[in-house]
Amino acid sequence: MHEMSLSRGMIDIIQDYAAKSGFRRVDVVRLEIGALSCVEPAALEFCFESVARDTVADGAKLEIINVAGEAWCWDCARGVEVDRHGDRCPGCGGFRLKVRSGDAMRIKELEVV
Amino acid sequence: MCTTCGCGKDDIKIDGEQRAGDNHSHAEHRHDHQHSNETRLIEVEQDLLAKNNRYAAENRRRFSSQGVFVVNLVSSPGSGKTTLLVRTVSALVGQAPIAVIEGDQQTSRDVERIRSAGVPGVQINTGKGCHLDAHMIGHALEQLVLPEGGVLFIENVGNLVCPAAFDLGEAHKVVIISVTEGEDKPLKYPDMFAAADMMIVNKVDLLPYVEFHTKRCVEYAKRVNPEIEVLILSATSGAGLDDWYAWVSAGRDACLAARDFGETTTQHLPGPVHP
Repeated sequence: MHEMSLSRGMIDIIQDYAAKSGFRRVDVVRLEIGALSCVEPAALEFCFESVARDTVADGAKLEIINVAGEAWCWDCARGVEVDRHGDRCPGCGGFRLKVRSGDAMRIKELEVV
Repeated sequence: MCTTCGCGKDDIKIDGEQRAGDNHSHAEHRHDHQHSNETRLIEVEQDLLAKNNRYAAENRRRFSSQGVFVVNLVSSPGSGKTTLLVRTVSALVGQAPIAVIEGDQQTSRDVERIRSAGVPGVQINTGKGCHLDAHMIGHALEQLVLPEGGVLFIENVGNLVCPAAFDLGEAHKVVIISVTEGEDKPLKYPDMFAAADMMIVNKVDLLPYVEFHTKRCVEYAKRVNPEIEVLILSATSGAGLDDWYAWVSAGRDACLAARDFGETTTQHLPGPVHP
């Protein structure tokens, strides 16, 4: 359940911004979660809700923007989209892929009051 | 009410009584601050692991400044991590400075096994935690003299999921799978095999008694991570261990060379590959 640690990390980041920007309440936390990242969105929502209790983010809604994974196929010599580690190249069906992006887990922005 | 200047209508009640607000209107004075009931957007653009990654970078800086080769061993429980580690430190103890950080939810049984092999070790008990993070490693280093010019092994909590996400400052994650597990674990738990630079297939002495297709397992791992290196060995019989020791020594040499030439990273070290 590493989503618990990730949720605590989110609260730390949000509290840093609350101290800097002086907001009282967070309504929406907008997250970018890559298809190849190590996070399960449903578990993250569940953990975040309990970790956020009695903080500025209590009751905040998580809005997850899914980001596709991108890999380089050595056989096709081009970039292709992949949904998970171990997927075939959608072009040639091979596995000689080098993942280039799609493992990000970031807070993009906050909607605050 | 604006909480910064107190203007506008107040909805705070004390003992059930509405508090009298400051009655001047917003238009009466200049506002250079935002009003609290207005929704605004704050751009953050920060990785959820930012804090862990800062601690990991600090650990890595300490390791490279002292030329320490750091290996983070990850696997499911029961793959033989501790047995491999005890055998490895016993074999290398006379040749290089070695230390071990052990991670488990409870008990110090593993670190006792390491210490009885004559090697210094620190046990981290994560309690309910399912993985080690870079901050815990920083604390463990307060109680451990870094093996300058040597090797630090970190044995992570037995868990094939969570430790994949957490950089500890190591040079390599090494994932161990034993032949008593399913050969399709790389496909079932791809994040870990994608994060690792090497896969060790352990307990090959048991191959005659179990249904495990080594070749297929390696093929699955390479699907997930085409660059993963593979070693096939048995920590009990000793088969294949020389290749593992050679890989560790090559990593250690590269770290020492990097320190002496003032480089800060030790990625993509050479090592034997057994398809």
